Amino acid sequence: MLDFLVQRAAISVVTLFVISMVVFTGVRMIPGDPARVLAGTDADAAGVEAIREKYGLGDPIPLQYLRWVALALRGDLGHSIRTHESVIHVVGMKLPITIELAFLSLLIAVGIAIPAGVLAAVRRNTIWDVLASGASLGGVSIPNFWLGIMLILFFSVQLGWLPASGFVPIWESPLDNLKRMIMPAFVLGTALAAVLMRQTRNSMIEVMSADYIRTAYSKGLAGRVVVFRHAIRNSLIPVVTILGLQMGALMSGAVVTEQIFVVPGFGRLIVESVFTRDYPLVQGVVLITASSYVLINLLVDVSYSLLNPRIRIGGTARES
Amino acid sequence: MSPSATASTALQAQAPPREPRRLPRAWRQARRRPASVVGAAIVLLFVATAIGAPWIAGADPMQTDWKLVRKAPSLAHPFGTDDLGRDTFARVVWGTRISMQAGVFSIVLAIAVGVPLGLVAGFYRGALDQTIMRLTDAWLAFPFLILAIGLVTIMGPSLTNATVAIGLGATPTYIRLTRGLVLATAAEDYVQGARALGAGDLRLMSRHVLPNIVSSLMVQATISIPIAIIAEAVLSFLGLGVQPPAPSWGTMLNTAQQFLETAPWMAWWPGLAIFSLTLSFNLAGDGLRDLLDPRDY
Repeated sequence: MLDFLVQRAAISVVTLFVISMVVFTGVRMIPGDPARVLAGTDADAAGVEAIREKYGLGDPIPLQYLRWVALALRGDLGHSIRTHESVIHVVGMKLPITIELAFLSLLIAVGIAIPAGVLAAVRRNTIWDVLASGASLGGVSIPNFWLGIMLILFFSVQLGWLPASGFVPIWESPLDNLKRMIMPAFVLGTALAAVLMRQTRNSMIEVMSADYIRTAYSKGLAGRVVVFRHAIRNSLIPVVTILGLQMGALMSGAVVTEQIFVVPGFGRLIVESVFTRDYPLVQGVVLITASSYVLINLLVDVSYSLLNPRIRIGGTARES
Repeated sequence: MSPSATASTALQAQAPPREPRRLPRAWRQARRRPASVVGAAIVLLFVATAIGAPWIAGADPMQTDWKLVRKAPSLAHPFGTDDLGRDTFARVVWGTRISMQAGVFSIVLAIAVGVPLGLVAGFYRGALDQTIMRLTDAWLAFPFLILAIGLVTIMGPSLTNATVAIGLGATPTYIRLTRGLVLATAAEDYVQGARALGAGDLRLMSRHVLPNIVSSLMVQATISIPIAIIAEAVLSFLGLGVQPPAPSWGTMLNTAQQFLETAPWMAWWPGLAIFSLTLSFNLAGDGLRDLLDPRDY
């Protein structure tokens, strides 16, 4: 078990290292001269050179990389070119908004997907199964930004029930916050719900055909007890993994959703920093995104091995 | 579906097909899944639309007309007109070409890059495998869309670059999937047998391993293409893909968002087009999965 954890953590460290190199090189490959951008539009050639000197932008790339990593390890990701705020500070302001959005959409997704998936599996090949599976297919196929636009069209433009965009911090007015978050959370949640429902259904079907379920039935337990006590708990193990893997999709979804509903979160920050060529911000934001993804997957792997003893003991059950 | 789940699926999918009975079986399967047949038919309809766009559109998708700005659907303009008086139907029809191009070519690219890498990693194992897989892990750590946004920023926004970016974003999935499948297949007796008979690495990979994993790769392709189509629309929607005035569904939706109150039809059609295309692809893909993979879901 300890071996597995150590090995898994070591792989994550290597991955993080490669990511940092990719991000650094990638940002250096964006067309345009960072010194020129940093100096501003009205700087002359001497001004640009001064900036280049000051930030060491003329140094060899490996040296620049080491300097950046050394600072990043101490939590210093530089400053935004536009607002001059520190990248960490900007991210700290935006991230909670996206986390709230992600949390709400997760609630919606799990609330829809698990009951629907269990129902579809237990009432397999009935109208319930067809409805749930059809809805799941629709959820995977619908482009979430179009769903967002349609929701705005219906609930904001036609009915006037919900504000189309904007953001109110939750501590200022929880109700206004929820009114503005509910549509983006629903949009983000549907795609996730579709994937989760499919996974829940498949894994539930697999569990329901297991020997211990037959045993439970044959010793006279009621169907409800078998499903709730025995089947659901075991079928949720693979669902947890999928949930972890979906975090990346959730992040991508947040980029689009926040753009449509004008939610000033982390996703919108990514797009803004790219559009304004704010190199330090792009670099920091992408690094944080990728690193958190690696960490979440590490946590999922660890929790998965805790939930499923066969992996813990077998050790080799996992590929790659 | 996770790569490892697909890998185990593929293992069970390897029962040697009896050639003469294959077509009747396909036909029986097709009749059992009318939804998949309808899906496949609609995909073909979109393909036909993409090819025949100049004849189907009926109007020039770029032709602006100031007298026809934001007119509701009518007989002359069944999908209405947009903010510059262009015919929305013509633009949706031409947009099919862009979506298809981006969706299919990006996945072709992902397969062309990903499958050889996965094949080599899974076949030779050892240090090469470790190197490729650690790079793949890092690659996978960038959420698909964020990677695509980053690549487009580096390369500049255009249809070709968006296609390349989406393709490269989808590549690690294929590396992982191929590697997993190869690991399982290379251990099979018939591969070992061929090796014992003196077959070289190249022959083993191309004649014995690859043909046995193709069906799983095809199933994955039917899952990836609709995702790629949506990704192109998203990139264009964000202004990072196809540039105006070219008629891309994503770009059209971006414009439509500004006129939701006065011209809602501008938002209906491009979105409906994306939805029906991806839905049909997924329906057809489900059928194909059943056909190639007898495991019962």
